[in-house]
Amino acid sequence: MTTANILLVEDEETFIETMAKRLNKRDFAVSTASSGQEALDMLANNLKIDVVILDVKMPGMDGLETLQAIKQKYPLIHVIMLTGHATVESAIIGMKKGAFDYLMKPCEMDILISKVNDANDAKRLHEEKIQTARIKEIGKSVESTRDIISSLS
Amino acid sequence: MDNNPKKQHYRSLERKIRNTIILMSIIPMFLISGIILYQFYTAYHKKVYAHLGELILKHKQSIDFFLIEKLADIRFLSNTCGIMDLADESFLQTRLAEFKNDYANVFVDIGVVDETGNQIAYAGPFKLGKASYTDADWFQDVVKNGHVISDVFLGLRGLPHFIVAVKEGVGDQSWIIRATIDFVKFNTLVHSIHIGETGFAFILNKKGAFQTKSLADIIPDEERQMSFYRGDFDPTSHHQINIIQKDNSAGIHNIYVTAFLKDGDWMLVYQQQTSDALVALNKAFKLTLFIMFLCAAIVIVMTYKITTKIVRIIMKADHEKQRMNLKVVETGKLASVGQLASGVAHEINNPVAIMVEEAGWIMDLLEEEDLENSDNKKEFIRALTQIRTQGDRCKQITHKLLSFARKSDAVVEDVQINELIEEVVSLSSQRAKYGKVQIELNLKKNLPLLKLSPSEMQQVLLNLINNALDAMEKNGGLLSISSRLNNQRIEIDVKDNGQGIPESNIDRIFDPFFTSKPVGKGTGLGLSICYGIIQKMGGEIEVQSVLNEGTCFRIKFPFS
Repeated sequence: MTTANILLVEDEETFIETMAKRLNKRDFAVSTASSGQEALDMLANNLKIDVVILDVKMPGMDGLETLQAIKQKYPLIHVIMLTGHATVESAIIGMKKGAFDYLMKPCEMDILISKVNDANDAKRLHEEKIQTARIKEIGKSVESTRDIISSLS
Repeated sequence: MDNNPKKQHYRSLERKIRNTIILMSIIPMFLISGIILYQFYTAYHKKVYAHLGELILKHKQSIDFFLIEKLADIRFLSNTCGIMDLADESFLQTRLAEFKNDYANVFVDIGVVDETGNQIAYAGPFKLGKASYTDADWFQDVVKNGHVISDVFLGLRGLPHFIVAVKEGVGDQSWIIRATIDFVKFNTLVHSIHIGETGFAFILNKKGAFQTKSLADIIPDEERQMSFYRGDFDPTSHHQINIIQKDNSAGIHNIYVTAFLKDGDWMLVYQQQTSDALVALNKAFKLTLFIMFLCAAIVIVMTYKITTKIVRIIMKADHEKQRMNLKVVETGKLASVGQLASGVAHEINNPVAIMVEEAGWIMDLLEEEDLENSDNKKEFIRALTQIRTQGDRCKQITHKLLSFARKSDAVVEDVQINELIEEVVSLSSQRAKYGKVQIELNLKKNLPLLKLSPSEMQQVLLNLINNALDAMEKNGGLLSISSRLNNQRIEIDVKDNGQGIPESNIDRIFDPFFTSKPVGKGTGLGLSICYGIIQKMGGEIEVQSVLNEGTCFRIKFPFS
């Protein structure tokens, strides 16, 4: 099973750095962004991101807005909301709007990782489904082409 | 128990009030009575003294006058008659008869004695004949002084009498006329002084012999001396009367009024027991004392009653005041505290998250390092774990703080509050049983539904019940939860009979971080959160508490 490519979005630099280091150490490929806009830019350049860990409360474009933008452009990417207690409600709203899960700061690394893996697995599964669906469709279209050809011949 | 000092306080209060009232009423009463009584005593004393003095003075004067008069009578006889007449017994008889007629039988007999003491002539009832008086005291005196009034003596006749004698002379020849005074008649002069039950008078001569009817059975020997009655009183004093008070040999306190007679030869003594003389005073004194003590007794009894009543009223008032020590939480204060709390919680949360994260990172790195041989590895890990644990603790606190202050979007439903209460009670029943607490439910049926968040309401009830159980932790008790309809509102009471909340704390129990539990046992956020939740749902929460009797939290919800 491949490890996930993670994008950390959080305005608190020191927090993000350390977390990145720790995730790196656990063989995750981690990119970081310190604002919502930066995250969107990075996603635009790098399609390899599997899971976004997104802080709810950020200056400028806040977590919910960023979530909405991501989900709109990259519906397959899973987003895990990271929140303080004051913003549990927003996290819940976020879940309603398509976030995969949420985590409370400060969070246990193990829990974070398990959630990231879940998200990644889910994404993989999703992608596989899409792939098989596509293959079926191609198969169908091939068959139908064959039918057309055979009927023509 | 905390009850005792309180009881003691009331008891000492009662004592103070009672003593003050009693002292304030009894002291003036005794003072006034004492002063009046003293004044009365002095005045009455003076009056009695004056009266006795007057009486004795009069008697003294009349006795003196009587004696002088008798002497004058005899002198008149001797002046008017020659020795030839006097030597004639029949003449004497006539004169004696005249005297007896004129002076109411005072004179018993008359005798004429020559200068050698031999009786020449005699008129009277006794057959004295030619008696010789040469050795008699009175004869010596009359020869020396020319006249005499003798002391009382028995003489030749063997009866008490005394003699009035005058010496008369023509040329070389001299003779003496003597008359005997009727002792009984003379006695009446003194015996008429009889006052009260113990007041009487007598006359003593210088030798201490009675000159009046013998009172030997009343007056003991040692008191038959002038000196006993005299004090510093003597015949040359310009006072005619002397009054002293002293105990006699029998220990009875007497008043003695004395006056000298016969230029100091005799003493008229009036004796009366003091208590008898002052009998009216004693009566007044006894009456006053009786009234005074009666009044004092009434004052004391009334004071006891009144004080008990007053203290009971004070006690009731205090109790009432404590009961009214009802706390309705001030909205404004807690709202701002809530804002502050949430701000603090939020701002602290991020740094704490970073710290925990950094600690985790160090932990990660440690695993890589070759520290197996290092003694410190264990310590590193312990310290880092501790940082994580404490970070978690911070998280708990900020979490609670925020739930006190947050504007929730918790799901609001129609809730039957009684069901909710029963649910929460069943959750707590195990703990209650363990703490020997009996739970009593008193729920009004068919209450209207309330619109509120069931999970939050559960949290509130659970919190209140847990607090109640904590309050009864020591001795167990009764937890009673009731619901009722009152004034368009639903009221829920959670009432315990535990230790109660001290008056000094009741203002602060809803403040965040206020706790009476030991450090580490409680965050002091429970009631703050309850308050926050209730407030948000449009309700009210208030508390009544009496120390050592229990606490009652009341939640009120308006229903639409």
